[in-house]
Amino acid sequence: MGVFAMRLPDVGEGIAEAELTEWHVKPGDLVREDDILAAVMTDKAAVEVPSSVSGKVLELGGEIGQMLAIGSVLIRIEVEGEGNEAKTTAEPAQTPPKPVSEETPPSPEPAPSAQPVAAAKPIPRTNGTKPLAAPSVRARAREEGIDLRQVPGTGPAGRISHGDLDNWIASGGIQQGGVTRGRNTGVEEVRVIGMRRKIAEKMALSKRQIPHITIVEEVEMSALEDLRAALNEKHAGERAKLTLLPFLIRAIVEAVREQPGLNARFDDEAGVIYHHGGVHVGIATQTPQGLNVPVVHHAEAGSLWDNASEVARLAEAARDGSIKREDLTGGTITITSLGPLGALVTTPIINHPEVAIVGVNKMQIRPVWDGQQFQPRKMMNLSCSFDHRVVDGWDAAVFVQKLKTLLETPAMLFVEG
Amino acid sequence: MSDIVCKLLIIGAGPGGYVCAIRAGQLGIDTVVVDEGKPGGTCLNVGCIPSKALIHAADEFHKVSAVSDGPLGISTSNPIIEMSKTIAWKDGIVNRLNSGVTGLMKKAGARFVSGQARFVDGKTVEVKHNGETRTIRAEHIVIASGSAPVELPSLPFGGPILSSTEALSLTDIPDSLAVVGAGYIGLELGTVFAKLGTRVTLVEAEDAILPLYDKALTRPVAKRLDALGVTVMTGTRAQGFDDDVLKTDQGDVAAEKVLVTVGRRPRTVGIGIEELALTQDGPFIRIDKYCQSSMRGIYAIGDVTGEPMLAHRAMAQGEMVAEHVAGHSVEWDKRAIPAVCFTDPEIVTCGALPDEIQGTKSTEFPFSANGRAMTTEREEGFIRVIWRESDHAVVGIQAVGSGLSEMSAAFSLAIEMGSCLEDIGATIHAHPTHSEGLQEACLRALGHALHI
Repeated sequence: MGVFAMRLPDVGEGIAEAELTEWHVKPGDLVREDDILAAVMTDKAAVEVPSSVSGKVLELGGEIGQMLAIGSVLIRIEVEGEGNEAKTTAEPAQTPPKPVSEETPPSPEPAPSAQPVAAAKPIPRTNGTKPLAAPSVRARAREEGIDLRQVPGTGPAGRISHGDLDNWIASGGIQQGGVTRGRNTGVEEVRVIGMRRKIAEKMALSKRQIPHITIVEEVEMSALEDLRAALNEKHAGERAKLTLLPFLIRAIVEAVREQPGLNARFDDEAGVIYHHGGVHVGIATQTPQGLNVPVVHHAEAGSLWDNASEVARLAEAARDGSIKREDLTGGTITITSLGPLGALVTTPIINHPEVAIVGVNKMQIRPVWDGQQFQPRKMMNLSCSFDHRVVDGWDAAVFVQKLKTLLETPAMLFVEG
Repeated sequence: MSDIVCKLLIIGAGPGGYVCAIRAGQLGIDTVVVDEGKPGGTCLNVGCIPSKALIHAADEFHKVSAVSDGPLGISTSNPIIEMSKTIAWKDGIVNRLNSGVTGLMKKAGARFVSGQARFVDGKTVEVKHNGETRTIRAEHIVIASGSAPVELPSLPFGGPILSSTEALSLTDIPDSLAVVGAGYIGLELGTVFAKLGTRVTLVEAEDAILPLYDKALTRPVAKRLDALGVTVMTGTRAQGFDDDVLKTDQGDVAAEKVLVTVGRRPRTVGIGIEELALTQDGPFIRIDKYCQSSMRGIYAIGDVTGEPMLAHRAMAQGEMVAEHVAGHSVEWDKRAIPAVCFTDPEIVTCGALPDEIQGTKSTEFPFSANGRAMTTEREEGFIRVIWRESDHAVVGIQAVGSGLSEMSAAFSLAIEMGSCLEDIGATIHAHPTHSEGLQEACLRALGHALHI
C-alpha cells in the first residue's frame, strides 16, 4: 500500500490557481480512476477534477472556498502498490498548500464559518401541535371565527392570552405594535464562493476602474419585427427561430465598422487600447450558478443564421455547465438583455476590459405621434454604457444613433454601404 | 301509549346521556332521554360509584385490621365486616344519586322515558316498555348507549363466574377469588376482596398488570398487591372453570368465584344501529369533532365512540353536543382527558406519556422526599411531568401514590390552560401536601428542585 498525492492539474491556460468549490469525496471514501474528486473554479469556468488513480481517500488538500495553486496537492489517496510519496510523510503534511501567486486574496477562514450563524430564533410552533391557550380563549376564538394558529401569543411558550386575541381582533387579523407574528431574527451565512465570487470581483473591478457613461435611446422595432416574423415563417420547421439577438449582433458589427474604438479591449495598466478587427460579442447569460458571458467569436464572419445558432449553442452550454473556457474569453463588446424582464431603462456595467456594452430593454407597444395622430408602435429602449475614459459622449451618442438607424431600417443591416 | 315528537332524543341515561339532557334542557331544547335501566348508566349503578363505595369500605376494614401491626401505637381487636350492611349502604348511595340525576333532568326540563330503544330510521326510535311500544320522532338523536363487560367464551357469566356488576353486589365474601384480566377494573375489585380477606389470584394474558401503563407507574401497585398477599399470574390465559378450579395454561387456580374483567365492548348491537349503516371505527361509532356520526342529525357520545371509555369524557361530549344542537359554536378541542385507576396506590394519568411525543422529556419527583407522604405512612410513588424541550410546555402529567386521585384536577387544569414548567414552578403549592410534588417535578425539570 502506498500513498498517491494527486496534484491540482492545470485546468486552464495561464492559470496559477483555482478556487476549490466542491468536494465530491470525503476521507475514507473509495474512489476509482476517473471518478470526479472535486470541482474547482478558474477565473472563467467551473472544472471538474477526475481521479487519476483508484484507492481510498486519506486526506483532502483544502477547504471549499480556498484558493489552490496549480500543482499543489489536491488530495491524498491510498493506493495498491507504491504511491508517489512515502506514507509517513502524509501524516504531518497538514499545512494547507500555499497559493503560489502573490496577489491572491487571503484564503477564507476554514470550516467553522461554514456553519450558519446560530442566532436566537423565535420558538416556532411545531407542525401539528395545538396552540397553547386556555379553554376560554379557545372558545372565544371559535366564536369570533379566528384560527388560533394564526394568532401570535405573548405568553411563555407562545401561550395566547385574551389580550393577544384582543390585539388580533382590533388589528383586523394583523398584528399591531408589540405583538408580532414571530420575529425572525435568524441570519443565514452564505459564503460568496466559486462563480459568485468571480462575478463579485469582476463587477467591482469594472465599476471601480471604469467611469461609466450610459445613454438610453428609443428604437422603433416594427420593421425589424416584421422582417424577423417573415424569416421565421419562411424557415418554419427547418431552422431554429430567430431571436432579436442575431439582428442586434449584426447591427453592432455594422456600427463598429465605422467606430473601431468601441470594439476594443483597454489594458488600463499598460495604457493601451487594442482595437480588434474581429467582432467578438459577449452575450450576458443567466445560469443556475449566476451570470456568465459566453462569446460569439468573429460575429462579423457569420451569417444571421450562423450567429443565431452560435448564440443558442453557447446559451445551452452555459446553462448546463458544459461551456468551455475558450467560449468564455476574448470578448470585445457585450450585449446584455433581460428579455421580457428588460424594464424601461438599465445601467449596464461594462465587461472589463471591454469599453462598451449594449443593454436591451423590454419591447412593448407604445403610442407614437406620427405628426397627425398617435400610432401604436412596437418600441424598445437600448441602454448602452461606455468607458468614458476612452469613449467621448459624442462618439457614444453616434454609436447609439447608428444602432437605432440600423434596427429601424433593417435593410441597411444587409445592404453594403 | 302516545307517541312523542321532540327536538332532541338521547338514547342512554348514563353520564354522557344525562349530562347532555341536563344541558339541553338548560338551553331550552325539547329533550327526551330513554333508558331501560335507572338513570346514571353503568357508572352510577354498576361502575364507578358502587366500586368506589366498596373500595372505601374495604380500605377502612383493612386499615383497622392492619393498624395493630403498624407503628402508630394503636391496637384494636379483630374487626368484623357484615357485608350485607356494606352492600345496603352502597345501594343507598346509588339510590340517592339515581334520584339526584332524575331530579336534575326534571329540573332542567328534560323528559325521562323508561324502555328499550330501537332505531326505526334516522329520525325515529321505537321504545318498548312492559310490552308496550311507543314511537319517538326527533330532529336530533344522540346515541349514548354505553358499553358492557366482555364475556369470555370459556367463562360465560353466571353462577360463580362474575362480571363486575355481580362482584359489586356480593353479600358473602368469597374465600378465594380468581380475577381474569388485570386491567384497572380487575385490579380495583381484586384489591377490594384482598383487603376483605379473600385469597385473590390475578390472571393476566399480557406480561404485566395494567398493560396500558408503563412499568414505573405500575410498580408501586404491584408491590402493594404482593404485600396484600395477592398472587399475580401474568402471561397466563384462563381456559375454563370447573369444580372451584380455574384452569389456565400455567396451571390450576383454586377459586370459589371467578371475576372476569377483560374489557368492555360498545353497546351498538340490538338497538338497530346496524341498519343505519353508520361509519364505524372497529366496533365503535366514528364521530367528528362535533360528535356527529356519518348520518346527519345523529350524534354519538361516550363508550360507543371508543377509548378512553371514561365517564367524564362522555359527560364533556354530552355537554358539547347539547350546545351544538342549540347552535353554539363549539367543538371537541380538549387537550387532555385525565384517567384515574383507583388501585392502591392510585394511578393518575393526563396527557402525553413519556416518549409518546418527539421532543419531550420526562421528569419525576418521588414521594419519598415528600413530608405529607411520610406522615400518612405511604411514601411510595411519584409525580412525573412530560414537557416539551423547545418551549417547556407541559404536555403530560402522571402520578402514582396513595390518595392521588384528587390531584387529577391540577394535572388536567395545568395542561388545559397551556401551562409551562415555569408557571407551575412559580405557583405556591400548599405545604405539607402531595401536590408539592408537582411543583417540585417542574422545578426539577428546570434544574433547580428544592427538596431533592
